Amino acid sequence: MKLHTISINNLKRRKAKMAFLTIGLMVGIATIVTLVTLTRSMSSDIERKMDEFGANILITPQSNGLAMNYGGISLGGVTFDQREIREEDLAKIKTISNSKNISAIAPKVLGGIKVGSRDVLLVGVNFDSELKMKQWWQIFGDVPKSDNEVLLGSDASKVLNAGPDDSIKINDETFTVAGVLDQTGSQDDALVFANLSKAQKLLGKEGKITLAEVAALCSGCPISDMVTQIAEKIPDAKVSAIQQVVEGRLKALDQFKRFSYAMAGVVVFIGSLIVFVTMMGSVNERTTEIGVFRAIGFRKSHIMRIILLEAALVSLLAGFLGYAVGMGGAKLALPFMAESKNAQLIWDSTVAFGSIGLALTLGLLASLYPALHASKMDPTEALRAL
Amino acid sequence: MALIEIKNVKKQYTSGDDTVEALRGVDILIEAGEFITIMGQSGSGKSTLLSVLGGMNHPTTGEIEMAGVKLYQLPGEKLADFRAQNLGFVFQSFHLISYLTAIENVMLPLAIVKMDTPAKKTAARQALQRVGLGGKLDRLPNQLSGGEQERVAIARAIVNNPHILLADEPTGNLDSKTSGEVMALFRELNDAGQTVVMVTHNTENGAYSDRTINLKDGMVV
Repeated sequence: MKLHTISINNLKRRKAKMAFLTIGLMVGIATIVTLVTLTRSMSSDIERKMDEFGANILITPQSNGLAMNYGGISLGGVTFDQREIREEDLAKIKTISNSKNISAIAPKVLGGIKVGSRDVLLVGVNFDSELKMKQWWQIFGDVPKSDNEVLLGSDASKVLNAGPDDSIKINDETFTVAGVLDQTGSQDDALVFANLSKAQKLLGKEGKITLAEVAALCSGCPISDMVTQIAEKIPDAKVSAIQQVVEGRLKALDQFKRFSYAMAGVVVFIGSLIVFVTMMGSVNERTTEIGVFRAIGFRKSHIMRIILLEAALVSLLAGFLGYAVGMGGAKLALPFMAESKNAQLIWDSTVAFGSIGLALTLGLLASLYPALHASKMDPTEALRAL
Repeated sequence: MALIEIKNVKKQYTSGDDTVEALRGVDILIEAGEFITIMGQSGSGKSTLLSVLGGMNHPTTGEIEMAGVKLYQLPGEKLADFRAQNLGFVFQSFHLISYLTAIENVMLPLAIVKMDTPAKKTAARQALQRVGLGGKLDRLPNQLSGGEQERVAIARAIVNNPHILLADEPTGNLDSKTSGEVMALFRELNDAGQTVVMVTHNTENGAYSDRTINLKDGMVV
């Protein structure tokens, strides 16, 4: 016989009340687990989609130029004192302190060329990083694998009247069309893509690049910090962030997060209130019992230990169940809440331990006053009730 | 030197503007090994005296000295410790804990004692055997008769070998035959050296004790 024997036996006896108490707290914990897991899974989904969406940092040569375009209509521009970016400088990007947030760097060299009698814009790219960044590209045919292969945008393919396996001549050199891009609705449709090093040779820009796109898209990425860090590493380049889309989505998610936490707070408050009221009721029901304990020499601390141990056991159970039910709820709700159908549910041990810890903390805090109240009961009052 | 010295104990209860004097200067000496019955009508102050004697109700004035210890001068929780080590209580309605078996109820005072569980079980089993319930260790209170519940309550009160056994109307809820058996048990315990102080209004119970103290309107008469 130890003090915990009393707590455990009491819980066994008052099954209905303890079940009510457990359910009350469990609902609160389950709500938090569901909301936290949902927001995290949705964040992860959005991050993944943003990675698919493409670059969010653009590195261009430093110039004192003024762009003259509006609504997609270009009227040329005034550019002077234009500097080139050296290809070797891009390696410095990987040395910035936030380099772990960089998922891809896609360098490009641009220049006008003649294909037959047509003027077209040739873009030299590194196909591996380009495809990683532009996951929406649909290619009819293959990705160019050798220097004498090119990829055509859909409009370029029509204008040049060339499809997969056809040959085209660029600067008197013959190239095979490895593949054609499906319509993207972007400027890519009008371009001819070739291997970066080959394009540099064709354009006479060996070792130089026109621009580089960096994909570092994740909600936790300090994009503005990364922009500064890259600008410090490549002072001749103009580094800018493409943030509008990212921020819009993250703002929406942030609002949902805040709403979730507010809702979770209310549910937890109600859960705590249920624990408080039930424990208080239980203590009042047990006035005589507590009086007997005090009469036979139990200290106030012994009474508190009995009550708090009961609360701790119920809270632990509520924490375990709350986590399980919450994760179940999140799994059911995620397909309806996430943007993509293949959004992944995030199983995180922090949430598991956190929910159990939170249940324990809430249960103990809500039971503290009832336990104090019980410990302060006058044994004479209990005797008087005998 | 007496085991218990009750010196000029007064107890007043205040309710609003009314003040009730439950005890009006009680002086009693009780020797070790005595069986004392405190008798009186309802409202005579006998239950108040028992709670004061049990270290649960501070007297308004006066002093209780038990085995050389001034009870109400003990600091903080020392009074609870004193109760645990020196006093055993038997209540009128038994007040067994309904979710604990007979042996667990008897082990209750030992729950706060540093003792291994087998030793606690042995002590509880012996106490139950002493009151004639050695065969009903694992029964819950609601599986026992009134007389058996009273015996479990007595076993609980004596399991820690207290100096003094305090009983408040121990036969109040029992029929006359069972009352006689319970009183005989008290007598038996007293014969074995246990000091017993019992509060009752039943004059027949007085016959089992060594000495009867009558209370009337909060005073010994």
